Amino acid sequence: MAPKTRIILICSGKGGVGKTTLTANLGIALAKQGMKTAVLDADFGLRNLDLLLGLENRIVYTAQEVLEEACRLEQALVKHKQEPNLALLPAGNPRMLEWLKPDDMKRIVNLLSAQFDYVLIDCPAGVEDGFKNAVSATKEAIVITTPEVSAVRDADRVIGLLNTHGIEPVQLVLNRVRPRMIASQEMLSVDDVTDILALPLLGLVLEDEQVIVSTNRGEPLTLNKSTSPAARCYSNIARRLEGEDIPLIDPAKEGKGLGDKFRRLMQTKIF
Amino acid sequence: MTLRDILNKLLRRQQSSATTAKERLQLVLAHDRSDLSPELLDQMRKEILEVVAKYVEIDLEEGAVSLETEDRMTALVANLPIKRVPSVNSTEKTK
Repeated sequence: MAPKTRIILICSGKGGVGKTTLTANLGIALAKQGMKTAVLDADFGLRNLDLLLGLENRIVYTAQEVLEEACRLEQALVKHKQEPNLALLPAGNPRMLEWLKPDDMKRIVNLLSAQFDYVLIDCPAGVEDGFKNAVSATKEAIVITTPEVSAVRDADRVIGLLNTHGIEPVQLVLNRVRPRMIASQEMLSVDDVTDILALPLLGLVLEDEQVIVSTNRGEPLTLNKSTSPAARCYSNIARRLEGEDIPLIDPAKEGKGLGDKFRRLMQTKIF
Repeated sequence: MTLRDILNKLLRRQQSSATTAKERLQLVLAHDRSDLSPELLDQMRKEILEVVAKYVEIDLEEGAVSLETEDRMTALVANLPIKRVPSVNSTEKTK
């Protein structure tokens, strides 16, 4: 196993907060930076990473055949045509869940570590077996959440579990941030969420309709030179992972109208 | 407290939903993290009040025992206003 391989679990607890979208975009962005990157769909029940990457028609074998030694790892890996530094290891059949054990997950990740600089594991939602399998194979983690009470609560639970498993470092990505709503105090602010969860913030992702357009096409925003707000956020996160010191986007500066100025004034902390 | 919060207070308007969200989260997470069920916490609250009431007279209506959390550390916080400390005589009478 190449010791420098970074194995990162992307998890959230709650479903639908953006784990798979983050995995796909980070994977592409890291590959663009020249990193050999593998993305592993650990959600055997509801696999979707192939779809977001536009690779759904090119899957021949999955992690299941690799584990059963019915094929070699190279045969199961799906290389991205435009970004050959990125490869997807598709999730197996949902029936696999019955027999898949943490050791199986470790075996897959060890195989990947020998060839890649980054292994990003797209974790299933929930905190049950699928999560436990994925955690057992990882070294570090990114917890992704949105500024909503249910997502933050579930993220907190996941952070507790990651701590008991000794995963380090654990960093936070705050997704679907709406600057206007934060300015009018109708949404938890970035500081509110980092205060509550007490995790270092790896980045925030602004709410952006282009995310839906990109998933429709199966082309992550980081793939083509998109200048949309979320695309910038995702590439910033990838660069921070590589140790670059990129300042965070200030949601308060995203709105520039007079109304936004007034909202900011209203948000000024007096005491 | 922000300018908006103050204005809302002056106008007796509802606080912002973000503030409500933060308060609700802090409370629910303190419970989640401690793994204490509301029933257990309530039982503990009663027992703590009983013990304290042996030594000093407290206002049972005002007394509050709650969980607070900061930086992933949870603390049990008891705020028990004391009405008066009984004199030596009165404690002997109760014996």
